[in-house]
Amino acid sequence: MGLTTKHIQLWLQKTNEKIQENKTYLTELDQAIGDGDHGINMARGFEEAIKKTAESDYESPSDLLKDWAMTLISKVGGASGPLFGTAILKMSMSVKGKAEINYAELTTAFEEALAGILQRGHAAENQKTLVDVWSPIVRFLQENTAFDSAAFTNQAKEAMEQTKDMQAEKGRAAYLKERSIGHIDPGSASSFYLLQSLSEVIEKEGVTV
Amino acid sequence: MSNVGIVFVSHSEQIALGLKELTTQAIQNVSIEAAGGTDDGEIGTNLEKIIQAIETVYSDKGVLILFDLGSALMNAEMALELSGRDNILIADAPLIEGGYVAAVESSMGKSLQEVLEAAEQVREQPKRG
Repeated sequence: MGLTTKHIQLWLQKTNEKIQENKTYLTELDQAIGDGDHGINMARGFEEAIKKTAESDYESPSDLLKDWAMTLISKVGGASGPLFGTAILKMSMSVKGKAEINYAELTTAFEEALAGILQRGHAAENQKTLVDVWSPIVRFLQENTAFDSAAFTNQAKEAMEQTKDMQAEKGRAAYLKERSIGHIDPGSASSFYLLQSLSEVIEKEGVTV
Repeated sequence: MSNVGIVFVSHSEQIALGLKELTTQAIQNVSIEAAGGTDDGEIGTNLEKIIQAIETVYSDKGVLILFDLGSALMNAEMALELSGRDNILIADAPLIEGGYVAAVESSMGKSLQEVLEAAEQVREQPKRG
């Protein structure tokens, strides 16, 4: 069985747990090179998404993803709201009408999420943004034919860590120029938690994608 | 007669409100609205506030949005897309001087495109002359 509504709910819950646990760490990363509110904003947005999605019984992954996305868009104050919100919203649109999601559909959903991030953020790779995690992850999904949880998590982690040595060219960190080097990009760190959580749900629940 | 409406989007509620105060002190015949801060008044921008501000100042002459920093642009673009209207533009201009010039141009009955261009030209004008 592929990814169902229940799995998407677990994905959101697990991501929220990681964001809440690492709220201070994410904020510290953002204090180093940004405006220092990333952890707080993401924690607030995900907490609201948990509350919002607890109110309804969702019939499809798409409906749940949509409410998740819209909550992030309206409740996360910084750039992360529109960016993560757009990514999840594009996934919602991509899997519309499906009761469960298989590997090819998951890959397409990620491709469209990345396209949404690129369009919304006007960013490219190597600019020290979450694009530096999402782009390699999309390529990884495209190059494989079945979901390998450990490899997926490793790929996301490695991509996140590579942002450390990059100089920021987008976002508030870009104003710091070369001083932005030496710190992991906060949006990439949050992206890692999101992706790691998906990987854990797929493994733990025995989802076959 | 209606003029081009103007929306100021800032991460700071007070910057947006202050700029509205600054421009409306000099220009009274233009609809100007501030959309600053998050929904609970923290630093950030909020999609619903921007949508609301657009609707408040909207006329058939259109609306020009000015913004401060990167993520304000993202939310302004989303608001524009969600509005479903085609006579809303976002100026790539300094918020304060661009906003002031936009208000002046709008008050003279200029078109949306003319107001946009005037605001964006501010980038090229040294303040010391």
